[in-house]
Amino acid sequence: MSRLTDANVALAREIIARYPKKKSALIPLVHLSQEQNGYVTEDAMRHVAELVDVTPAEVYGTASFYEMFRFEPTGKYLINICGTMSCALLGAHELMHHAEHTLGVKAGSTTPDGLITLQHAECQAACTEAPTLQVNYRHRYRVTADDFDHLVDDLRSGKLDSEIPPHGTLGRNRQHIPVDRAVGAVHPDDVTSGPVWLEVSPS
Amino acid sequence: MSDTVSAENDAPPVDPNAVAITVNGTPITAQKGELVIAAAERAGVYIPRFCYHPRMSSVGMCRQCMVEIDTGRGPMLQPSCMITVTPDMKVETDSPVAKRAQEGILELLLANHPLDCPVCDKGGECPLQDQAYTHGPGESRYVEAKRNYEKPIPISDHVLLDRERCILCDRCTRFADEVAGDKLIHFIHRGNLTQVNTFPDEPFASYFSGNVVQICPVGALTAKPYRFKARPWDLAQVESTCTTCSVGCRISVHSSRDQVLRHQGVDTGTDSVNWGWLCDRGRFNFEAIDADARLGEPLVRTESGHQPTTWAGALALAKQLIDGADSIGLIGGARSTNEGAFAWARLADALGIDHRDAQLGDGLPASVLGLPRATIDEAANATTVVLVGPDLKEELPVLYLRLRATAEQRRLRIIEVSPASTGMTRYAWRTVAYRPGSPSEVTKALGAADIAEQLAKGDVVVVAGRSNLAESETTAMSVLSAVLAAVPDAKILPALRRGNVVGALELGLAPTDSDHDALATLRRAADGSLDLLVLLGADPLDDCPDTDLARRALAGAGRIISIDTFPSASTRHADLVLPAASFAEQSGTTTNLEGRVTRVTQKVTAHGTSRPDWMIASELAALLGHDIGFASPEAGTALIARTVPAFAAATPAALDEHPAGVVTGPVTGALPAASSADAPPNGYDYRLVVSRKLYDGAVNTAMSPSLAPLAVGAAAHLHPADFDKVGLAEGTEVTLTSTTGSVVLPLHPNANVARGTVWAPFNQPGATVNELVDASAPVTDVRIERLS
Ligand code: SF4
Ligand code: SF4
Ligand code: FES
Repeated sequence: MSRLTDANVALAREIIARYPKKKSALIPLVHLSQEQNGYVTEDAMRHVAELVDVTPAEVYGTASFYEMFRFEPTGKYLINICGTMSCALLGAHELMHHAEHTLGVKAGSTTPDGLITLQHAECQAACTEAPTLQVNYRHRYRVTADDFDHLVDDLRSGKLDSEIPPHGTLGRNRQHIPVDRAVGAVHPDDVTSGPVWLEVSPS
Repeated sequence: MSDTVSAENDAPPVDPNAVAITVNGTPITAQKGELVIAAAERAGVYIPRFCYHPRMSSVGMCRQCMVEIDTGRGPMLQPSCMITVTPDMKVETDSPVAKRAQEGILELLLANHPLDCPVCDKGGECPLQDQAYTHGPGESRYVEAKRNYEKPIPISDHVLLDRERCILCDRCTRFADEVAGDKLIHFIHRGNLTQVNTFPDEPFASYFSGNVVQICPVGALTAKPYRFKARPWDLAQVESTCTTCSVGCRISVHSSRDQVLRHQGVDTGTDSVNWGWLCDRGRFNFEAIDADARLGEPLVRTESGHQPTTWAGALALAKQLIDGADSIGLIGGARSTNEGAFAWARLADALGIDHRDAQLGDGLPASVLGLPRATIDEAANATTVVLVGPDLKEELPVLYLRLRATAEQRRLRIIEVSPASTGMTRYAWRTVAYRPGSPSEVTKALGAADIAEQLAKGDVVVVAGRSNLAESETTAMSVLSAVLAAVPDAKILPALRRGNVVGALELGLAPTDSDHDALATLRRAADGSLDLLVLLGADPLDDCPDTDLARRALAGAGRIISIDTFPSASTRHADLVLPAASFAEQSGTTTNLEGRVTRVTQKVTAHGTSRPDWMIASELAALLGHDIGFASPEAGTALIARTVPAFAAATPAALDEHPAGVVTGPVTGALPAASSADAPPNGYDYRLVVSRKLYDGAVNTAMSPSLAPLAVGAAAHLHPADFDKVGLAEGTEVTLTSTTGSVVLPLHPNANVARGTVWAPFNQPGATVNELVDASAPVTDVRIERLS
C-alpha cells in the first residue's frame, strides 16, 4: 500500500536518471515517498532500495540520519514548537502547554483525526522572533496562545491550504529537466581527468 | 589481539619504498603509503585503537589512536589510522598531550558503556577492557544515567547484538559492506541514538556473519553457539586449518574441558589465504565434533543389524574381507589429512587396488592438477579470472570473498561461465550464461571480440570446477582448453570442494584414468564384479550426483568397509564400519586448492575409540603383512616430503616456519582432449541444473544444531516467466522426471535461473534430486508435471 504509486515511480525514474550513480537519488526518493504517504514507511523504503539498487538497511540507515524524515504516521500538519533558549525565555513552555491543551494530545503525538502532529523542536534560527513555531517547516513568529488557536482553526477550516501544503511536500513546483539540458555528470568510477578548473599534478 | 595481523610482516632489507620516520624518538623505516598506526606497530609501538582493522579501509571513527604527529609544522594531534607516513615525520605516541587525548577518548567511549564485563562474553579478551586499563584514565567523571536498550537482539541466526555495549566503531558495518558485500547492517538514527541495526525483519543473513563477532572490539556482538559457554581464560587454543572446504582457511581451535567451543579466523599476514575471515559454516560446524550421533566404536553387520565390536575383532574382519577379495575399489580420502590419504594410498598400492578415487564423480579429472596452478593471491590480483565452476559463494566461500574484493575495486575482471546466476554474477565483468550441454556455445562466446581482447592482455587465471552436477565436466574442460589455447601461460585454480581433495589426489588417491575413477568403480560394483568396496569417509548415496548408480553399487558390491565419523546412508550398507577421528581430534597436514600444505592440529581427545585414518591404514597394513612406512603423523609428513616430489618443500620444519603453509608444485600431467560436442535434447522440456548451497545435508552441517536449520530444503526453481508457462502456483508440488528417476519437489520462482532450465539445490533435506541425474549422460533433461 505504501510503496510508491505508478506516477511516483515514473517520477522516481526521472530523478534517478539525473545522477550517474543510482544511489545518489536515495534522499530525493525518500522525500518523494514521504510526500506520498506523509511519512516514510517500511514498504516505501524497500521500494526505494529496489529502485536505486541498495539494501533496505542502507535506505533506513541513511534516511534515519535526517531529522526531516519521519518513520511514524504523521498528521497533515506537523507543528514544531521551538524550546531553545530565546523562545524558552519568552514563553515557549507555556505555549507548548497551551498547545497540548488545545489539541488534546501530548507533544510527540498526533490528534485523533490525523490532522496535526505536535512536536518539540530545537532552535529554528529565528531567535529575534521568539517564541516561534513551524507548521510543516513554515515559520510563525511571536506566537501567543490566541495566535495558536487561530492557527489551528485556520488549519482545520482549510483556510491555509494554499499557503501550507500537506506534510512531506517539499515544494509545489517540481523541476523537470529535459535530458538534453541535463548536466550529464560522469560516473565517478569513469572520471579519468580532474575537473577542468583544477590542475591535477600527475601522481 | 586476535584480529591483528600477526607479527611477521616482513620488510625487505633494501626497499625503494622505504620511508624514514621517527616514533617516540626512535628512527624506524616505514613503507611508502603505510599508515602511521601500522608502521609504529611493526616497530613495536602499539597505539590504542578500536575502529582500525588492517584488512579494511580506515575510517577514523573512534579517535582512540590519537598521537602527536610533526611533519615540520609542529606537533599536532592526529588519528594515526588516517595518516600515511611521510619522510622525516616525527610521531609521539605517549607524550603528555597524546596520552591526555587517548584517556579523554576512552572516558568518552565508556560514558555510555554498561561495564557489565562480568557477564559479557568478551570480558577477558576485550580490546575495550584491555585498552581501558592500558590507555584509560582509570576513573570516570560521568555520573549520569547511561543509555539503555533492550538486551540482546538477534541480528542474524548466529549473531546477537547488545546495543548498549557498542562503541560505534563501524567495524561490523564496514565488514558487511566492504568485505562480505552484504549490506544488511547499518548505522541507524543519529547522534546519541545511533545504533547498529538491520532493517526491520530483514536479518543480517550473511554467510560471513560470524566474522563481525570476532572483529567487534567490545562485547556488543556475540555468537549464539558460543554465548556463555566459557570465559576466555578457560579456553586453550591451537592453530589449525579448516578442512570443511578446500579453501583451507587458517583458524584457531578453542576448547575447554576437552570440548571444542569455537573457531576463530587467523590472519597469517603475508601470504594469508583467508585474511582472518571465515565463513559461518567453517566457523560454526565444530558443533558436529561432539554430536551424539558420532560413531564411537567399530560396528559389524550381523543378522540383527550392526553390532559393536572391538578394534582387534574389526581389524581381523577387515583383513579377512580384504584377503577374500579379488577386486577392491577405494573411494574417498578427501576428508582425510594428507597423512591419512597417503597411508591409504600406500596400502592400496600394496594391495594392488586400481580402482581408487578421492572424488565422487562430481569433480574434474585429476590431470587438471598437472597444469600450472595459481595461488588465491595470484587469482585475486590477476588481470582476468575466467570462472567456470561452482557458485563460489556457496561452495568455497572465502575464495569468493577474496575474488569479490578485487573485482569490486575493478582491479580484477571476472568472466563467469555459468548456467545460472551465482553469488559472483553481480561482480562479474562478463557473464556467459550457457545452456548446459552446449560447450560449443560457450567457446564461441569466449571468442567474442571484447572477451578475446581482455584475455589477450594476459595474466589469466581459470578457476575451474563443476557448475552443474547434472552435467558432465565437458563444459569446464572445454573452457579450460579454449582459454589455454588463447592464453598458453594461463594458470588454473581448481575449484574442487572437499577439504583435502587436492592432497588426496596428489598423494596417490587419484584414478589412473576414467576407467578406474569413482563412477567406474561404482559401475563395477553395480555390475556385481567388485568384491570389496572401501569407503574412506565417502558417502556415495548422499554425495554422489548419481544416486541411482550409488544405490545399485552399494547393493551390488560384494562386501563394504566404511570408515567414517558418522553413520550415513552409505554406512548402513557396510559390512564393517570403522569409526574415524574427526577434525580437531587428529594432527597432520592438509592441502588446499592452491596446493598449499598447512598443519592441522589435534585439540581434543578423539570420540569414543575412533582413530585417525592413517592409523587404521597402518594397523591394517601390518596385519596384512605390509608397511605404510610411518607410525606418527609427523613421520608421515616427513615421508611425504621425502617421497612425493611435488611435496618436497612441505617438510615438518618448513611447516613450523611458515604457519601460512608451503605451496606445493603441480604434478605434471596432460589435459585430456575436451570434447565440444553438444548434447542433443532428449525430448524432455527442461534442462536440469543441480548445484550446492552452503548449508546442505553434508554431515558436518547436518550435525551442527546451529547450521542444520539453515539448509534451504529441496525444491525445483524455475524462472518466473517459465512459471507462467507451466501454469502452476508457487509452492505447488510437482514431479520432476528424468530418464533415471523422478522426485517430488515444491516449485519456486527464481529469477536467477535461466529460462528453459530448472535448478535444484543438491543434497537438501526433503527430497533427493540426485535421483534424476545420470552421471554417464552429458546432461539431464526433465519433465515437470503437476502431482496428481
Ligand atoms: S557492534 Fe561492535 S563492531 Fe559493530 S560498531 Fe558496535 S562496537 Fe563496532
Ligand atoms: S571457506 Fe572453507 S576453509 Fe574457509 S572457513 Fe569456510 S569452510 Fe572453512
Ligand atoms: S583507530 Fe584510528 S580513529 Fe579509530
